[in-house]
Amino acid sequence: MIDLSTPISEAAIRSLRVGDVVSVSGVAVTARDTAHKYMVERWIESAPFPDSEDGKLLATLKPILAGGVIYHCGPVVRQDEKGKWHFVAAGPTTSSREEPFEHKVIAALGVRAVIGKGGMGEKTLAACQEHGAVYLHAVGGAATLIAQRVREVEAVYKTEFGLPEAFWQIRVEDFQCVVTMDSHGESLHAKVLADSRDRFNEMYGL
Amino acid sequence: MKTIPDLETHLFELIRRASTKLPADVTGALEAGQAREAAGSAAATTLATILENVELSAKAATPICQDTGTPVFYVKHPWDYPVRPIREAALAAVRRATKESLLRPNAVDSVTGANSNDNTGDTFPSFYFEQWEEPDALRFDLLLKGGGSENQSAQYSLPHGALKAGRDMEGVKRVILDALVNAQGQGCGPAVLGVCIGGDRATSYSLAKKQHLRPLADKSSDPVLASMEEEITQKANALGVGPMGFGGETTVLATKITKAHRLPASFYVSISYLCWASRQAGMSVKGGRVAHD
Repeated sequence: MIDLSTPISEAAIRSLRVGDVVSVSGVAVTARDTAHKYMVERWIESAPFPDSEDGKLLATLKPILAGGVIYHCGPVVRQDEKGKWHFVAAGPTTSSREEPFEHKVIAALGVRAVIGKGGMGEKTLAACQEHGAVYLHAVGGAATLIAQRVREVEAVYKTEFGLPEAFWQIRVEDFQCVVTMDSHGESLHAKVLADSRDRFNEMYGL
Repeated sequence: MKTIPDLETHLFELIRRASTKLPADVTGALEAGQAREAAGSAAATTLATILENVELSAKAATPICQDTGTPVFYVKHPWDYPVRPIREAALAAVRRATKESLLRPNAVDSVTGANSNDNTGDTFPSFYFEQWEEPDALRFDLLLKGGGSENQSAQYSLPHGALKAGRDMEGVKRVILDALVNAQGQGCGPAVLGVCIGGDRATSYSLAKKQHLRPLADKSSDPVLASMEEEITQKANALGVGPMGFGGETTVLATKITKAHRLPASFYVSISYLCWASRQAGMSVKGGRVAHD
């Protein structure tokens, strides 16, 4: 087990290989479809004015995302009497939906680790290689287990996206994942896909 | 039939059970998969994590998976029990379960993108009402099917050129396995497959999904379909996709197949991919008594 604490250095990322089991601790930010579209359209493809709402949110999250962790997750949450939020169930969502966006996010914001499930495609793999990032696989559906690794919900932004789609800034401790796409161009997902397609073709003489 | 008082409370309990407890036969199949995978492999470790999460969720009474999916209610009722109060009780139970963090607010307006925040909306949740001949009795089956698994479900129209799949049972098997190769780990396998051969597009899909209500050990009463169920599971597990697409021998836990008559012109095969978190619960009402499965 390899410990990764935020902010994560490029050297730490470069030392990781597909198959390594890591334990992530520190701050992570959840983002799914709406949040990714927002980051790319409002922050990356157009520079927001610093005092606009988009500019202020960028200024708040940029220091956390640089060397930081994006988690593909739409949690079940609970708000206590004091208004404090808690994660109740928080497994990963399917990452491939963010494939059109993630490489831009990695390049522009300096994200070092993307946690999700199901793997991502060639654009993300190339961005991991070029900028020094990894894709970490969490176990899909392991929602109670992972929620217990979320020690604190520090902040939430853009609740108007809907609670599952908002940016949740969370403090995690010992969040265990497997490196399935590394910064050296290796992807477990590409390998298993090619292997299973071969087996299928062989089964049916295609 | 007399109206059931507190139907909403009973349906809330049905939702709570479905969201937080995995059916015993599914847990058993996951355990069998774990025993089959090589010790220390990614497949075995993943199944161990899944089983740990299942246990924790039942203890903590929290959702097994954060994607509590589309709630699908299958309801059987006699001629003299009207549908409206059942639907109203179910909607109220769904709203309460959302408030109490047993369901994630999952209903999004497809045009505006706005989340209704209470899991109700245009044809959401989903209901299938069936009038049955049983007097003085109701039956409820609830399925919570997550979006990740729904996205990996597929409908093929035979013949399929690239796969060389014709309008015969060999062609049917081919497209089912193709869907699994395409899904990889994205639908959170090991999967439970529901399949319908034939029907029109809509009927075919809904019958495929309805197969998820069958217990894992249930075999089709049609011997041809029963042997196909067995064969698909076996072949699927030889593809090497494995739990969460990590590679391994446990890609599918069980396959359930049904059929529907088709038009001469059409030949659909619908595959409903259900994630390992096969969340469902049942409840029967007879003579005024409510019993959860």
